[in-house]
Amino acid sequence: MNTYTTKFGSLDNFEKGSIQLIQGKASHYVFSNVFEVASQAAPYDKTVVGINQKYVIESIRAEGTSAWFTCSHDEFVVSMDSEVRVEFLKLEQAIDTSIEGSQLAGEQPDGKPMGYVVLKQGHQAILPVGTAYRFSSQKPATLIMHTIKGPLSIEKWSDICLK
Amino acid sequence: MNSVKNTFASEQVEIVAKDDLTGYITFKLGNFIFSRDEYFAKVTWTAKGSEHSHLMSADAFLRAVMRDVAWGFFYGWVNFDHVIGTQNHYGSVDMYAGTFNGVLSAAGVDYVENFETPKIMATFKAILHDWVNEGFDPFAAPEETGSAFGRKNGENIEAIDRYRIATKRMPGMEGDSPLREDLPVNRQFLDVPQDEPLVHCEPGFEGQLSAFNLFKYMSRSDVTWNPSVTSVCKASLFCPTTEEYILPIFHGNDRVEWFMQISDEITWDIADKNDGSPFARIIMKAGDICAMPADIRHQGYSTKRSMLLVWENATPDLPEKYASGELPPYPVSF
Repeated sequence: MNTYTTKFGSLDNFEKGSIQLIQGKASHYVFSNVFEVASQAAPYDKTVVGINQKYVIESIRAEGTSAWFTCSHDEFVVSMDSEVRVEFLKLEQAIDTSIEGSQLAGEQPDGKPMGYVVLKQGHQAILPVGTAYRFSSQKPATLIMHTIKGPLSIEKWSDICLK
Repeated sequence: MNSVKNTFASEQVEIVAKDDLTGYITFKLGNFIFSRDEYFAKVTWTAKGSEHSHLMSADAFLRAVMRDVAWGFFYGWVNFDHVIGTQNHYGSVDMYAGTFNGVLSAAGVDYVENFETPKIMATFKAILHDWVNEGFDPFAAPEETGSAFGRKNGENIEAIDRYRIATKRMPGMEGDSPLREDLPVNRQFLDVPQDEPLVHCEPGFEGQLSAFNLFKYMSRSDVTWNPSVTSVCKASLFCPTTEEYILPIFHGNDRVEWFMQISDEITWDIADKNDGSPFARIIMKAGDICAMPADIRHQGYSTKRSMLLVWENATPDLPEKYASGELPPYPVSF
């Protein structure tokens, strides 16, 4: 019989941890909570919650339908709480490879529908290079993006981190 | 006693003797001697002309060596405890005793020696093969496995022959690392949903879209504290792992890394990378994300088996940039 309960977080149910400082600065640990960040963000804003040189982790509040995005390299998304649908187009035109990170793909990008994936809590999808993708979510959800800092990435560390 | 046959695959492993009473082999690695008895692993070296030694509980020592071997010496410093450990130079490896302990190094009784990676790897593997008894799995949490203690009693080759999973883009994609359908759900993750995402490909695009249940994948991890790659964005690697009990090493990285707690809770002890003096304790709950700066060492504690995302930047020239001060140890100033 299972006596263990696994505690996941969600937009409306998360508990932030803490730093017990002995010496140095709490800000050095750049500590935030991806659900809290998503709870305070506009839909589909890409808030950077982790940065390692040019690479980032972004927290995204998915709510309603997003713009079409594309990227010159693979990106990955994980749904951290609720159900999110991702539609894909195989783009006709080439992507600007001088730009890393997510780019807007235009209002109705030229491309063939490739299909879609439906992500529930804990599900991960690849957002393959050469495609355009957009998210839709009936109720607010939290997404984590594994990508590179790009023109749409928003950094607002002092608003989101423990100090 | 010196006639003990070296049955392990490498001619580079130096055997000192086999102890008639305990049944364990004593190994030599440069000027270090490694021996074990019923309870302890002992490391001996010479400094300032006299012998110094350090004891670790055999279970803690074997769990630490297991990680170091499975990770191929990992990134930066792998401290087995506050005295001994290894530093990876990616081709060669330093083994040290006391060098990153403020008191021992100030007293000059520390010792460090550099080894070609294959030699130290072969020696560590030979130690695991000889010192891990039947029924003890150094990759498992204590509640999941038998005892490391006592005299030599069989072996557990299967348990120690597990390595980091290499992934090119994402597990489950064609030609990439497999999902974990054949592994059972861990006893502490039996409540984790096992449904897979819906993937619908239009005709002609079969196989080009891919998704999987990451939390299910993690719930089936058969090892603790073993980062395995699940997505690759150039040099950026998501390496989630499942954690229970204590991280068997104190990791001092030669670069910044990040942790995101996916489930449950971990407490991290953070200390100065060079001398081990304490900096902070960080308590992370589901959804928390934080950086481990490049000038610290950390060790995690997890009561319930928990899911942790370890995020690494594998760019090769980062260690020099942090070491030279070209890059600050903290990823963000705000």
